[in-house]
Amino acid sequence: MTSAEEASRPFAGLSDVSIPDIPVEGDISLPVASSARDDEFSTLDEPVKETILRDLRAVANKFVHVLYPKRSSVLLRDWDLWGPLLLCVTLALLLQGGAADSNDQGGPQFAEVFVIIWFGSIIITLNSKLLGGTLSFFQSLCVLGYCIMPLTVAMVVCRIVLYTASGKVSFAVRLVVVTASFGWSTFASTAFLADSQPSNRRGLVVYPVFLFYFVIGWMILTFSP
Amino acid sequence: AGNMSAGSRNTEPWGGFDDNLIQGGSSAVIDMENMDDTSGSSFEDVGEMHQRMKEEEEVSAEAAAAEDDGADDGEFLGMKGLKGQLGRQVADEVWQAGKRQASKAFNLYANIDILRPYFDVEPSQVRSRLMESMIPVRMISFPQKVAGELYGPLMLVFTLVAILLHGMKTSGTVIREGTLMGTAIGTCFGYWLGVSSFIYFLAYLVNAQITMLQMLSLLGYGLFGHCVVLLVTYNIHFHLLFYAMWLLIGGLSTLRMVAVLLSRTVGQTPRLLLCGMLALLHMSFLLYLHFSYHQILEGLLDSLEGHNMAPIQRVVRDVPEVTLNATRSITL
Repeated sequence: MTSAEEASRPFAGLSDVSIPDIPVEGDISLPVASSARDDEFSTLDEPVKETILRDLRAVANKFVHVLYPKRSSVLLRDWDLWGPLLLCVTLALLLQGGAADSNDQGGPQFAEVFVIIWFGSIIITLNSKLLGGTLSFFQSLCVLGYCIMPLTVAMVVCRIVLYTASGKVSFAVRLVVVTASFGWSTFASTAFLADSQPSNRRGLVVYPVFLFYFVIGWMILTFSP
Repeated sequence: AGNMSAGSRNTEPWGGFDDNLIQGGSSAVIDMENMDDTSGSSFEDVGEMHQRMKEEEEVSAEAAAAEDDGADDGEFLGMKGLKGQLGRQVADEVWQAGKRQASKAFNLYANIDILRPYFDVEPSQVRSRLMESMIPVRMISFPQKVAGELYGPLMLVFTLVAILLHGMKTSGTVIREGTLMGTAIGTCFGYWLGVSSFIYFLAYLVNAQITMLQMLSLLGYGLFGHCVVLLVTYNIHFHLLFYAMWLLIGGLSTLRMVAVLLSRTVGQTPRLLLCGMLALLHMSFLLYLHFSYHQILEGLLDSLEGHNMAPIQRVVRDVPEVTLNATRSITL
């Protein structure tokens, strides 16, 4: 009896505490849903290089999918925002160029481009959701960000052209390049976004995307270092 | 709450400053504990309850911890597990409560489903509304129907921003305080939201039958004319063409808006006030947009701004005589 009393003494102060479950000792083996996921979660021990390379490979894979747009769901399934961030920063840096040296604003500032891209994407995403789209918020952001890639390539080409030639010829070349890449971007993003919309409202969703890439293309075309 | 006596005149639910307190009259005792209660809002009651429950839990957890500290660790492995269990339980409940609150707040404020009915349009509807915005209605004797949607107006405002940017760039406008994009967006959205609110306020004063949503929609579609005119005249710089388009297209879209407002207002003076104001603002906005970002005006602006002029060239000139002060003078 005394041992029972001793045993119950530590518990005495807890008599007014309600504990839903009684602690059980022993091993409980829970059914594992999928072992593959478990392996992915234990990525804490792998070297940093492996982590970075894996992410870079995923980003590069998505770039390839943008270059050859066909109705695939790779961009949508494993969305990530690294690619859009890289593209946005690259584009903003390229667009800043010579504006920092002059007093008057010859071109858009870094923050301006950044804000335009991200807020434009957010507004288009909200619009497509309000029109009854089935994509999630971040999936749309991912698609719109990745489809800026042709325009970034066009920006690089434009800068090269501006260094080599000038005048009417350079303007004509730049116009052609920017128009082509703008069309490519719009087409690529439509290929991914259109499936998620009810069929009769595709035009309503495509128009803001068209406007968005048009503004970015206009910024690239009118850039002068 | 306090009790009220039959003889007292006050109507406070808590009994007020009765004389019965002192005299100990016919009324019952006023329970001072409940005097400063939060009976005004049950929200605070719930908050208090939660606080008390949490405090109880914390107290019990502390008690358990204090008990455990005195206990022999090696004797009951279950005890340590118990303390860990309790701590986890409390943390879990705190997390759940916080998550519930956050999701409630999110669903209340960031719920875009509030806007969903205003975006319920078909492309054919948008097209037909765009066309209709240029056609003034003839019948103003009964209220005209105004579509309450926000997709068309929003897209038109963004289109106007894009056109404005193009115009600003081709005219070589240099914005010193601010950015090109910010100015364009601020101008267009400011006009749409500001003038809509102003006209809605006037309509409220003169008791016209129009809601804020309808006003936003009406003015948004009225910007279609502006978009067309500016798209043409930013590229073809021909003054006469601009004036003709300003009168024709701007006039048509203004007439449409005016006719809709006329059909929803009674009385001569209110009609004059409301419609005159709208016509004035709408037409002058188009004028402003065209002339602000026009190439010819750039030179005028430059000459008006004194401090930003190019530095004056210094030239050597001969000065025959210089007077230093009243008494001295030098002849050069």
